[in-house]
Parts: sequence; C-alpha cells; structure tokens
Amino acid sequence: MTSVDVAATRVVIEATRGEGTDRQRRFDVMRALLEKGYAVSASRTVPAADDDRVRVLRHADYANGPSALLATLDRAREQGGRPQGGAWKPWFPVIDYQRCTNCMQCLSFCLFDVYGVSADKTIEVRNQSNCKTDCPACSRVCPEVAIMFPKYRHGPINGEEVHADDIRREAMRVDISALLGGDIYAALRDRSAKATSRFSKERDDARALKERQTCLVALQKALDVPAEVLASLPTSDEIRARAAAAMARAREATGE
Amino acid sequence: MAARILYCHCAYARVVPPETKDAVLDGLACAEAEFEAVPDLCEMAARKDPRLAELAAGEPLRIAACYPRAVKWLFASAGVNIEGKAAVILNMRTEPAERVLEGLLHDER
Ligand code: SF4
Ligand code: SF4
Repeated sequence: MTSVDVAATRVVIEATRGEGTDRQRRFDVMRALLEKGYAVSASRTVPAADDDRVRVLRHADYANGPSALLATLDRAREQGGRPQGGAWKPWFPVIDYQRCTNCMQCLSFCLFDVYGVSADKTIEVRNQSNCKTDCPACSRVCPEVAIMFPKYRHGPINGEEVHADDIRREAMRVDISALLGGDIYAALRDRSAKATSRFSKERDDARALKERQTCLVALQKALDVPAEVLASLPTSDEIRARAAAAMARAREATGE
Repeated sequence: MAARILYCHCAYARVVPPETKDAVLDGLACAEAEFEAVPDLCEMAARKDPRLAELAAGEPLRIAACYPRAVKWLFASAGVNIEGKAAVILNMRTEPAERVLEGLLHDER
C-alpha cells in the first residue's frame, strides 16, 4: 500500500505494481504528489484509515488521474496553513565537516547572516532561507572546499568528491585576503556604480543597457554570482560594518 | 534483512535528469518494493524535518538522490548521522537508472 503524510504531507500507497493502465496511473499519481511536495510511502501494510498526518491512497483516488486528489490535498494544506511545496527553492550552503577547519572565512564573507557560530564555537549554517538563490559565492572563499550547494551545476561545489586540483583551482579563483573585510563586495559595487554613472551619461539607452549587461556578466563570471545578488548588495559602509561584526564574532569564536 | 529504501525526487531544481528520476520511481513501483519517496531532501534538511531521523532509522539504508558527500552532510545538517548505518547512496545525477535500481533493490532480488 502507498500512503501520503498530510502534515508534512505523506500519502501511503500499497506496494503493488498494478498492471496496464492502472500501473501507469499509479506512477502518474506518485510523481504528481512528489512534484507538489507530498511524500509518498509504498508499503505492504496500509493503515485502515486516514489520520490527520497520513492519507491512505485508494484506487478510486487516482482512477481518473491525480487532479482531484491533489486539489483535495492542496486545500487541506492551505487550510492547515502549511507552505505549498516549491514556494522556496531549497538553496543553501551545506558544510562538509570532514574538510572544514573552522577558519570562519565564510562567516566573515557572507553578508546575509546565513552562517553562525554554535555554543561549542563551531561554524554552522544557521539561516538557510537567508541565502541568495543560485549564489554559490561563499563556497569560493572556503580554503578547504568544504562548502557545498547540492543543487549547484558543477563539482565539487555540488558535492562531488574533492580532488587536489579542485583545491588549487578554487584557491586561485579569488584572493581570500581581498575577500576578508568585504573588499570584494565593495569592488563589485564600485564597478557596478561606475558602470551606472558612465551609462547614465549615454544617450543611447539600448547600447548603455547592453554594455551594462556585459559588465554584469563579467562580474557574474568571476564568482558565478547572480545579477540579482549584485543588484541587492548593501552600501559600502553597511558592508564594512557587517564584515567587521562578523570578523569580531569569528575572532571571539576562534579565541584569536 | 530488507533494506530501507529512500528515494529523493529533487522536485525543486532540475539537477537530476527527469528521465532517470522517472525510471527509478517506476522501477521501484514495479518491483513491489516498500519504499519512502520524498519531494526534496534538501528542503527537509533546511527545515530540520524530524521525519529525516525516521527515514534514516532502518538498516541497511539505501538512498537514491545525488552526490553521496552532499547527501551525507545534508542529513548531518539536520542532526541525523547516517554514517555507520551501512548506508549506500546512489547518485541519480551521474548514474543510469538501471544501476541505481540495482543498488536500491539489491536485497529484494
Ligand atoms: S570557510 Fe570553509 S573551512 Fe572555513 S569555517 Fe567556513 S566552511 Fe569551514
Ligand atoms: S539531496 Fe540531492 S537529489 Fe535530493 S533534493 Fe537535494 S540536491 Fe536534489
């Protein structure tokens, strides 16, 4: 039997294969449930009835396709005040503690308070949802290549095994000392600002826009930072203040 | 002892080839195996979903998701240690569906 957890939400379905059209429908409903954020359990023993957390899936629920079932579950989810699946792309750093040396460079670098320090003075990812979607910049400053973004395109940031070459390449990509204190952000902002003021004098708006895009593309390439992140950077003063605060926290944590 | 099978649908990104995900999910259903399918392990880890501990409770544990290093530390980030659980993590980003299914259903066959 297969089940769905409605709090999280889970649907339980019987673990039988089904034949022909039935098999296809079972597959379609399972996939549709997962895509809408409902967990599915295929089980040989199915609860006799639904409860507030688990919905038992019966043949009648999917005989005519998954739409009616999904509509019911979505309604229940909405009424229960639970978030719709996929409302947030789960994008955040994950630390490989087998590699991490607790140097706190990531804490000093991140301007969005994603990192924190635990009671035992260990770096930790604290505010996952503060992280800027598709921005892997902090993984570039980690000297140990210990920061992963599982949904990133390329290795080793996506979790692929780290090789000696990766460490060399990542270390070369950015100058860590320049990153400390937020200088890289200031540099990025300055370049953006310069580009803006230069282009504001341009009379050819289309050309100005094109050149601005080229400039942003160049910046993005350096760290693979999305344009939206560059556009939402705080002022240089704020950056300096935040970086100083993070450095102070890091020093306190490492006892330097 | 039958393995605990966990399948991650990676629903909120397009990093796992859809044809691999479909073939693995279909293969599990056709094998009449008991399994747990979740929309997105990353999202559960970010929420520190208590179900992660339940899902990892069985042994041996076989997981179809992405890179093993990422999956292991995602669980760890939610306070669930899957090391020493004889956990086998199959990577749907790089492995063909047949190999993933072979690894998942090893004890069922
Ligand atoms: S920069 Fe890397 S090694 Fe340093 S604390 Fe952060 S994750 Fe650990
Ligand atoms: S664990 Fe891997 S496969 Fe699963 S949601 Fe995260 S990135 Fe996708």
